[in-house]
Amino acid sequence: MTEPRVGHDDWVAEHEERLEERKGLSGLLGRWLAHVPGPAQLAVFAVLAGTLPFWMDRGDLFAYGIFTLLYILLGLGLNVVVGWAGLLDLGYVAFYAIGAYTAGWLASGQFEQVRFHFGSVGISREAQGIHISVWLVLLIAGLLTAVGGILIGLPTLRLRGDYLAIVTLGFGEIIPQFVRNADSIKGFDLTHGTFGISPIDSPGFGEGLNRAVGLPISFAQSFERARLFFWAALVILVITVFCCYRLRDSRLGRAWIAIREDETAAGAMGIPLMRTKTWAYAIGAFFGGVAGAYVASFNSGAFPSQFHFNISIFLLCMVILGGMGSLWGVVIGGAILAWLNVEGLANIGAWVNAHTPLNVEVAKYEFGIYGSIIVLMMLFRPQGLIPERRRKRELEEGTPHGALDDPLYDHRIENEREETR
Amino acid sequence: VELPLAFNDQLFIQLTVNGVTLGSLYALIALGYTMVYGILKLLNFAHGDVYMIGAFIGYGVLSGLGGPLSPDLALAPLVLLMFLAAMLGSGLLGVAIERFAYRPLREAPRLAPLISALGVSFFLQNSVLLLFGAQFRSYNSFVLGSSNPELFEPGPLIDPVFKIRGVNVQLIQLLVLLVTVGLCVALTVMVARTRVGKAMRATAFDREGAMMMGIDTDRVIGFTFFIGSVLAGAAGVMFGLLFSQVFHFMGFLAGLKGFTAAVVGGIGSIPGAMLGGLLVGLAEAYASGYFGGRWAELVVFGILIFVLLVRPQGLLGTPELKKV
Repeated sequence: MTEPRVGHDDWVAEHEERLEERKGLSGLLGRWLAHVPGPAQLAVFAVLAGTLPFWMDRGDLFAYGIFTLLYILLGLGLNVVVGWAGLLDLGYVAFYAIGAYTAGWLASGQFEQVRFHFGSVGISREAQGIHISVWLVLLIAGLLTAVGGILIGLPTLRLRGDYLAIVTLGFGEIIPQFVRNADSIKGFDLTHGTFGISPIDSPGFGEGLNRAVGLPISFAQSFERARLFFWAALVILVITVFCCYRLRDSRLGRAWIAIREDETAAGAMGIPLMRTKTWAYAIGAFFGGVAGAYVASFNSGAFPSQFHFNISIFLLCMVILGGMGSLWGVVIGGAILAWLNVEGLANIGAWVNAHTPLNVEVAKYEFGIYGSIIVLMMLFRPQGLIPERRRKRELEEGTPHGALDDPLYDHRIENEREETR
Repeated sequence: VELPLAFNDQLFIQLTVNGVTLGSLYALIALGYTMVYGILKLLNFAHGDVYMIGAFIGYGVLSGLGGPLSPDLALAPLVLLMFLAAMLGSGLLGVAIERFAYRPLREAPRLAPLISALGVSFFLQNSVLLLFGAQFRSYNSFVLGSSNPELFEPGPLIDPVFKIRGVNVQLIQLLVLLVTVGLCVALTVMVARTRVGKAMRATAFDREGAMMMGIDTDRVIGFTFFIGSVLAGAAGVMFGLLFSQVFHFMGFLAGLKGFTAAVVGGIGSIPGAMLGGLLVGLAEAYASGYFGGRWAELVVFGILIFVLLVRPQGLLGTPELKKV
């Protein structure tokens, strides 16, 4: 096949034009979002989400609320790689695993040969193993995972897009397998095999801050642990969204989008391809690592069975449903899918069983449903629920465009647009 | 003749036999990947699941006709029928997937059909899950010949046919090898000698050019999907006969390994896919024999990454030139 003639933005813009007459709720929301400045959107979101613990059942909050936030966090990381740089990564779960295991190594009794404490809270000073403050561990895990991302990226990013997808898929399979098998590397227990590393320390503020301003010593030992974990996750998420905003409009972010649109042209314009793509990997991995470490701390354990391939797909589905490259798309897509995952499918299943002669456990087929969502979105609404409006604005405001394009090509696109109307 | 020490080792011979059998399956899967990639530059993620569907169609025929010892059918026609049904069914499925999930996205950016393919893969897996459940379905190939599995009576398909230095080769292993070689030869002849093969080569070389020369490229692409899926369907039935059980998730790893085989051999190259399949099958068999089964997959992926690093165009492939 000849190379596709249009980049992502053009393609989305075409679809948008076709959909212009139909102004649904998502269109309204999208237009609204386009006119509100980013930080204000973020503030509204933070306040809305921050009050959630006051009216949500504590058990639900513990079971779903926190995970929704963390999935969104992972989705944002994946969005950097897939949505902006246009590199299909099917092994994102590997980064999640590296983050979780970093937390397992640096904040638990896994390495009982040593005793090292640094700002640890809520555990005995005498406990064996490495116990570093979880806040610090989050950062270290992010950095370490970013290094992991670079190591995976350096050999693979030279490859063409579809090879990259498979290789990352391979890594996503290899890392959990390695973790499962690495319980005795020359007699050294690195990962504790299938049993995983558990318990892992909890975040907290320690006794000093507790006495001074009443902040909790350790989340896990607090009566309000669900709320504390939720708020802390929200803070991490808000910081991440903010970073993503800044990144998207930075020189680096614009370079990513240029690469996604047309790699050859971007290279010809002097964008260093390898370095830019490696940065995308490193930064995407960083967020994955932070989320992984937080999950490990929240679950008080890192287990190989957590890092299933399906998580990579779930995250990809989030990014696609919301709109590739769109920050709020990821947030909304994540919220919808998390709801589907947790309650929606069970409810739909109950409805189906009550109103039709069928008797199926809908929840069992969640990945079939995600698969269908992916295909249907690609076919009918490739720009996602809340598309990124960049190209749209460019078209409306008449950014110089097409000066270097092949005249035949433009002509052809025009014709196609004529036909579709 | 005295063979070198390693070749006298019975384990080595056993592993080689297993590896060649396994490699035949991977080669058949890899052919589907490589042909589609050659024409569309598309990675057909759902290909592994087409293979899985083939295995299930074979299972359907087997159980629909009353199992291996049905008095109405002799073994040979039964197996033949399983092959034909699975090949035809998979082939049609491949065409349908192309028509509905890939063709509308042909002009879209590269990522779109890839993601769509992934979705199709999940959709197929879950359809089978819905129809057959999550449990393993047994082909009973080991007892193909006994209606009572309790008896644990080895059936005719695992009868040893001949021995290589004391290692038995089973009938089914020979059958797999023969079917694979037959299909590969047929494919090679078709691509090299027939009209449609010429059209396929022309389309792979330059789709637009082929279209201008009056080739109905949509039909050629559909036909390519059909052939690739037919081979995968045959591989699926053979997997069932060899390992006697099939399940809804079997296409995932098999697809990955088939893809590895296609890349190792050089994606886009038909002899490359055959060679790659054989190499991957042998590597997997040796790895599981010498290091233990749990490292086998790591070795296969290690090979994939190594080949991509050292020789991205694969063993028999030609490097791709990017024209702007």
